[in-house]
Amino acid sequence: MADIILPKINLPEAKAGAVTTGAPLIEIEQLSLHYGASKALKNISLNLGEKIVTAFIGPSGCGKSTLLRCFNRMNDLIDNVRIDGAIRIGGHDIYARNVDVIELRKRVGMVFQKSNPFPKSIYENVAYGLRLHGVNHKAALDEAVEKSLQQSALWEEVKDRLHSSALGLSGGQQQRLCIARAIAIKPEIILMDEPASALDPIATSRIEDLILDLKKDFTIVIVTHNMQQAARISDQTAFFYIGELVEFGPTAKIFTNPAQKRTEDYVTGRFG
Amino acid sequence: MNTITPPQYLPETPQGRHFRAEKFDFGSFFFGGLTGLATLFILGILAVILLNILINGWSAISWHFVSTIPKKDFFDARTTGVLPMIVGTTIRVFVMTIFVIPVGVITAIYLTEYAPNTSLVTRVIRAAVNNLAGVPSIVFGLFGLGFFINFIGKNLDALLHNPSAVWGQPALIWAALTLAVMTLPVVIVATEESLKAIPPGLREASLALGATKLETILRIVLPQALPGIMTGGILAVSRAAGEVAPILFTGVAYYMASLPHHVTDQFMDLGYHVFVLSTQSPNIDQTRPILYATVLVLLMLTFALNIVAIIIRARMRKKLRALG
Amino acid sequence: MGIHRGHRARPLEWLAEKFIFLVSLSTILMVFLIFLFVAREALPIFFGQANTALVQKVIPPEEVDKLSPAKLQEYLELTPQQFAAMDKDSLKALMEVKQEALDEIPANFRNDPDARINTTEWKYLLLPHQWSGYGKPEYIWQPVGQIQKYNIIPLLVGTLKVTLIGLLFAVPLAVGAAIYVSQLARPRVREIVKPAIELLSGIPSVVVGVFALLIMATVLQTLFGYQTRLNAFVAGCALGFAVIPVIFSIAEDALTSVPRAYTQAALALGASRWQTAWQIVLPAALPGVFAATVLGFGRAIGETMIVLMVCSASVMSWNIFDSARSITTTIAAEMAEAVSGGPHYRILFMLGALLFAATFVSNMIGGLVIQRFKSKLEGKR
Repeated sequence: MADIILPKINLPEAKAGAVTTGAPLIEIEQLSLHYGASKALKNISLNLGEKIVTAFIGPSGCGKSTLLRCFNRMNDLIDNVRIDGAIRIGGHDIYARNVDVIELRKRVGMVFQKSNPFPKSIYENVAYGLRLHGVNHKAALDEAVEKSLQQSALWEEVKDRLHSSALGLSGGQQQRLCIARAIAIKPEIILMDEPASALDPIATSRIEDLILDLKKDFTIVIVTHNMQQAARISDQTAFFYIGELVEFGPTAKIFTNPAQKRTEDYVTGRFG
Repeated sequence: MNTITPPQYLPETPQGRHFRAEKFDFGSFFFGGLTGLATLFILGILAVILLNILINGWSAISWHFVSTIPKKDFFDARTTGVLPMIVGTTIRVFVMTIFVIPVGVITAIYLTEYAPNTSLVTRVIRAAVNNLAGVPSIVFGLFGLGFFINFIGKNLDALLHNPSAVWGQPALIWAALTLAVMTLPVVIVATEESLKAIPPGLREASLALGATKLETILRIVLPQALPGIMTGGILAVSRAAGEVAPILFTGVAYYMASLPHHVTDQFMDLGYHVFVLSTQSPNIDQTRPILYATVLVLLMLTFALNIVAIIIRARMRKKLRALG
Repeated sequence: MGIHRGHRARPLEWLAEKFIFLVSLSTILMVFLIFLFVAREALPIFFGQANTALVQKVIPPEEVDKLSPAKLQEYLELTPQQFAAMDKDSLKALMEVKQEALDEIPANFRNDPDARINTTEWKYLLLPHQWSGYGKPEYIWQPVGQIQKYNIIPLLVGTLKVTLIGLLFAVPLAVGAAIYVSQLARPRVREIVKPAIELLSGIPSVVVGVFALLIMATVLQTLFGYQTRLNAFVAGCALGFAVIPVIFSIAEDALTSVPRAYTQAALALGASRWQTAWQIVLPAALPGVFAATVLGFGRAIGETMIVLMVCSASVMSWNIFDSARSITTTIAAEMAEAVSGGPHYRILFMLGALLFAATFVSNMIGGLVIQRFKSKLEGKR
């Protein structure tokens, strides 16, 4: 490694030895995914811990988003997808035959790359998930909406216009609204698929601060192609390359002293 | 040799390097002129038709005309009226929408939200919709007669032990159902287009929150598609209001002494009345003003129905854009 | 995690999905039903079971015992249930009714060879026949009177006359306008003209018929100076006018589907707009324009009210300045007077079935051509 100069990555002290607490929440066992004839994920095995932030990094097309979408079975929406292997959340195989996908998605929420608020009011956007799951009482809704918006650091900005259209918010605000909408139904896990890639740096940093705050209550898995972002906010990082899991470990180790050469090449920018 | 002469198969560019055309472009003028004339001709005749009706009909219309139930003699301009025709046309179109909009919207929802694209059944359904769109209107009339009246109606009478034909004869309900089958493709196509225009991200967001497909459709997709559905409804209504051939054997009557008040009644119709006036009038000069007035009423009715629906659609669009 | 409930937890969803699917299937059902129930009324004609011969072989009632039950049932035109329900006296009475019917035929007809003909046989429907009182074999459609003549050739000729004139009038105009609007006009002009021409399709055919009857007929007569004011030519032009929006919108759609890359390549080489349109775009869009014509044809043969209002008599003539009856107008005009279940009624339904088959075929062809055209364009991109 003599010739390589590793970029300086500032890691806050607290992260240096971050590790899973207790039993893993998500266990992935020999998972393979096929789109028709091509294999998008090859024998992935991985254990993700509770109430921490795990980042999936890797070059385009490596399968990180595909893997993410397996956790809430959004890949079911695509024709010709076949899954081998198992994913266990809280010990239960989510691809088992009698699994209720709707119930699964209540427990595993998702925030998308391009913010997609409904063409409804801000209030109704956050309340949507609650109404779906039977909460209709106005007082209960009001309280839940306020709590979610506060948790997403959006309350102060919108508290006076809760009933105006969500489409009138800025890009960053819309994304925080989508986060509020997702956490309103109190999932255990939040999946984030490049949540800040369409946002400017200021909005991005607000989202990142928000994620650091959210991990107190939620387990977060975030896909990002921004390595510095992964280094900033995640406790553990998994590096993927063309459908395979190359390396997984504490973020500090992945970025300063990776075990695999491919990982090292990626994080130093040799390819990407 | 320092200069290179360009190959000589292109005409020499004048030294001054102007880009003006050398000679008059006959091709463009001729071709453009011909096609432009074709366009103008079509628009011209359209204008002539509309103006002709407007000018001739306007003078003959009166409040009395649209609110009177005429006696059997339609050709006396002083006593005639078109109220029962207006009522008949409106009611049959209204009853039609009760049937065609639900079936059309549900079929469109299946085609865009549920149907697997490569399946044979999907392709057959689409082919069927296209074929329905191309069936001649008179064949729909025969269908109404052969199926609704002679099969369903007669059997219904037998089932209900009716001594004389109640359902097994031309009636408002059968005409409305026939028109519903006829305008179904219009509603399906318009609804499908509005469903396709909704970004898939919205559906994904709803599903990721734990909504079922049905809940997503009912809570997110359909409300957004409502303006487009209204458009389909408008188109179906305008088309059906002007059609005469399908109702000839299924329910229209030459003369009814009173307004229809039951679905098994026959009815009078504006379009049919226009037909009757123009082909059976003893004195065309005397009938002409009545004829134009009736045509004008028909167009105004279609126009009015269109305007009401367009306003409702515009309001809906505004509401959807402003808030939820 | 409590997620193990599966499909059974949501029966409402599953039911709703099946319901939606069934409703969509109804469209296929409708197309079948249309053909089925129109053809159903016409089946006796197709199978040669109707018989309009005035003078038929009559078996004297005294010979009721000489016939086998099967033959007797056939002679009396009864269903098996009806036949079984009757006793010998009723059967004999029915035979007497038939004998009386024969006696009622006016004497001059009884000896007429035409009276023995079953005029619903296929050879009389399609081939010319020399009827009594005529000098040579003729195609005649005349369903009224004692001896009903059902030759459908005049109707086919009438339909073709009117349709061909209509297309000759409509196709150049509509395609020309489509070329202008999609290739040559400025965008602002396009925005006004396209909806305006589509407005034309919103005018009901009765209104176009009135216009043809009152104004076009006079104008065309002054222009061309022929005898009959209301003839196939006027009907054809009016029909063409009603068909223009159909051809226009499909042709215009086909022309605008031609990838802009072609147009831009041609213009960059210095071609003028019309050269591009005529030499590059139109040939590329030709399948679409062809499909537009086919679909316009389907729409034209199905048009009823316009031709009904303009033409009245059914004359077997190829002269476009004579009147003409088409299949659609015949059905529309004569159904009201046809006895339900009688031969006239059934032949009208048969005509309807033929018409449906013709438009079905032309629509399938048009649809297939458009599909191939669009996928070819997408394949090339």
